[in-house]
Amino acid sequence: MALAVWLGVAVALFSVGALSAQAATPRPQTSLSEISSEVMCPVCGTLLELAESPQAQREKAFVSKLVAAGRSKDEIKDALVAEYGTEVLALPQGSGFDLSAYVVPVIAFVLAVIALALGVLRWRRAGDPPDGEEERPPEGPSAEDSERLDADLARYDL
Amino acid sequence: MSTRAAIAVLAVLAVIGLLAFGLLNKGSSRVAVGEVAPAAPLPRLAGGRRGSLADYRGRWVLVNIWASWCGPCREEAPALEQFQRHHGSPSFTVLGIDSRDLSGDGRAFVKSYGLSYPQLRDGNGDTAHDFGTTGVPENYLIDPEGKVKLVVVGPVDPEYLDDQVAPLLPGDGQS
Repeated sequence: MALAVWLGVAVALFSVGALSAQAATPRPQTSLSEISSEVMCPVCGTLLELAESPQAQREKAFVSKLVAAGRSKDEIKDALVAEYGTEVLALPQGSGFDLSAYVVPVIAFVLAVIALALGVLRWRRAGDPPDGEEERPPEGPSAEDSERLDADLARYDL
Repeated sequence: MSTRAAIAVLAVLAVIGLLAFGLLNKGSSRVAVGEVAPAAPLPRLAGGRRGSLADYRGRWVLVNIWASWCGPCREEAPALEQFQRHHGSPSFTVLGIDSRDLSGDGRAFVKSYGLSYPQLRDGNGDTAHDFGTTGVPENYLIDPEGKVKLVVVGPVDPEYLDDQVAPLLPGDGQS
């Protein structure tokens, strides 16, 4: 009986220890590959995921360490910006001159749509009859055509 | 000029302007001998204070732009430290600029080589860009007026430092 009690206590202690150890180990919230596709290797001028330079290796090790420590993607990006500046971010910032990377394509698209709409309107107007005149059905052959038709019919004696 | 033509010209000028801005923003040329060296303030590698090459105006400064991930930087570090120990004085110092490097790695590098000269941190590489560097290491000897006196692309060795740099420094009787 006493042995069973001691065994129960040991199992309980072991379970608590295992649970607390699990709780102390941070769970990764992101991955190296996810971060690497969104940040640059500042020396190479390419995405970190494509870079293999010594600087890129150090940067990847830095990211892996933060991932293992359970830091979020935003926290890791902030840490990289603190080390290398905003140039380390692959996506342009939403402020300053970088804002043009988002605004210029939108403006260009809107201008293109407006130009296309104006072009279509102008093209359709060019096909319309002048203002005030309705489109009338054709009025039959001219007098000259009628005479020629009569002559042809007479010649073939139909 | 019709309105349509004016809009087209403006659009072309805007595109050219954007391209020119991009090119000017990216390109840089190396500072030449006789030019004033860039002296933007930078954080110190150890500690939160800021420093600048301008703080050393009136002294000769050998600016060493380096990074901990760079092999040749490891090769030249002992020679620079030895030169600093022999020639460091109120009229001369080596000044390290750790560029595009992780600050922890940079500090570990300084500790590992026992570098005693001051170190600034150029995390985003702006100062290296202003100097017009194409890589690391690069070395620039700056005179007391802040002008570039010597440019060395690549690592320096004890012979170069003794033969080319030392004779220019005060106390060697040639300056």
